Amino acid sequence: MKKLINDPKNVVNEAVAGFEVAHADIVRVSHDPVFIVRADAPLRGKVGIVSGGGSGHEPLHGGFVGFGMLDAAVPGPVFTSPTPDPILAATQAVDGGAGVLHIVKNYTGDVLNFETAADLAAADGIQVRAVIINDDVAVKDSLYTAGRRGVAGTVLVEKIAGAAAERGDDLDAVVAVAEKVNSRVRTMGVALTPCVVPHAGEPSFTLADDEIEIGIGIHGEPGRERIKLEPADAIVDRLLGPILDDLPFASGDEVLLLVNGMGGTPQIELYIVFRRAAEVLQERGITVSRSLVGNYTTSLEMAGASISVLKLDDELTALWDAPVQTSTLRWGR
Amino acid sequence: MTPNDEPGAVVGDADLANAALRLDTRWTIRWIRRSAEVLAINRAALNTLDRDIGDGDHGENMDRGFQAILPKLEELTDETTPGAVLKLVATTLISTVGGAAGPLYGTAFLKAAGAVGAAQSLDAPALVALLTAARDGIVLRGKAMEGDKTMIDAWTPAVNAALAAQTAGSPVGAVLLAAADAAAQGAQATEPLVARKGRASYLGERAIGHRDPGSQSTSLLLRAAADLMSHH
Repeated sequence: MKKLINDPKNVVNEAVAGFEVAHADIVRVSHDPVFIVRADAPLRGKVGIVSGGGSGHEPLHGGFVGFGMLDAAVPGPVFTSPTPDPILAATQAVDGGAGVLHIVKNYTGDVLNFETAADLAAADGIQVRAVIINDDVAVKDSLYTAGRRGVAGTVLVEKIAGAAAERGDDLDAVVAVAEKVNSRVRTMGVALTPCVVPHAGEPSFTLADDEIEIGIGIHGEPGRERIKLEPADAIVDRLLGPILDDLPFASGDEVLLLVNGMGGTPQIELYIVFRRAAEVLQERGITVSRSLVGNYTTSLEMAGASISVLKLDDELTALWDAPVQTSTLRWGR
Repeated sequence: MTPNDEPGAVVGDADLANAALRLDTRWTIRWIRRSAEVLAINRAALNTLDRDIGDGDHGENMDRGFQAILPKLEELTDETTPGAVLKLVATTLISTVGGAAGPLYGTAFLKAAGAVGAAQSLDAPALVALLTAARDGIVLRGKAMEGDKTMIDAWTPAVNAALAAQTAGSPVGAVLLAAADAAAQGAQATEPLVARKGRASYLGERAIGHRDPGSQSTSLLLRAAADLMSHH
């Protein structure tokens, strides 16, 4: 497997160092422990928002640090949760006295490390609340699993909760907005190829040339079912069906449609996916009033895509449209 | 690739039967050193177990955490208690292991430290209290129940066996051996289970036939403690 890296051990540190230089207008970077923080943090009286998790999902989360979105991001090793120390340090760095929200994707390691950091921050007198993101409909949510995973819907939560914090909402209100977005967004993904974790050097699972995996997560873990490759439209229908049935979305709804690339699929294919998804939604009487297409929650070089649908209302639409200035999303400012 | 966990390998009968034996600070430090050795030896085997039903880094993470403790043990003073050693282990694991294992083992050692308090040495009831608190800490943090195919499936049998041995009047060495044996059996008993917690739970029935890596590392830690009774 060819990768554009130096030593596998230095992948995260060197990437963060590059990010720091490239985006010095927006962020500052702490190297020990490693976290990325908004250049003007902490903001007195503003709720701080911290997210994080294993690396390998870029631009999640560092690419969303900046005005109107995250105050800090904590990248762990590739596909491994950061430990509580850097999460605590990031939490302290963004605490402006109004409390801190942790946005955590629902993986056991992430949840446990963020919880531990929140306990330590509380002992430090910082009020911390956590919202756990679990938008992946491919996993059955029951007593018999760790619950649904947090995937690309996380970006929408970060943007909208970030806007709520930026306009001055208090911690309870920001938490409520984040939970509202999480409760109204559903995602499902497909892999055409697996990905290779740098220090492992080999794929985490294998797919034959003519096979795809439906319902994958974002760590190269296997999905719901393995099928033969189909035309894009048929694959989109397979992903969108469970998404729309789950909430359920209904005729008359206004939605944000996110087509997210997993890292190794070109933009041209993502628009083919978007075209079909929008068509299906229109047939069902659902209006796509906001959209986002690109690589936002990736799984290293995995080829594939996920579709996320968020049911909007006036509040969520206004917060989505609110100004944002991060290295990845920038508008209105 | 057979994990180094077969019960009853090298235990000295003399220490097991020694009713006056208590586990002191020196013993606690030796247990942690021995654990670091055992985890280094089993690093690849734990990674393999984790690759089958998780993300393949459990051996890596545990080895990194316990290696990080070793230099800190050198800095301990003579007044150190077993509880202080356990607390040092806890904070080091929390800040170095990552994944789910870091907070889980960190919490276990933290609660174990709390349970033994300022005692200079541990008798059989204190050992049972230590193991119980460790298990309860993991349950509190990870919210797993017995049968979920997690490290609790090694911890709970170990706690039960230790309590039964202590209640029957066994000395501390025999209590420890009972715990280690039960943990080994518990780890093995995770193999036919479907996982209900952690990343393995996404696999459904595909997790059947694989041993839970966390239950295996728990078994290794308790075996390391029991093994020390032979070369006390």
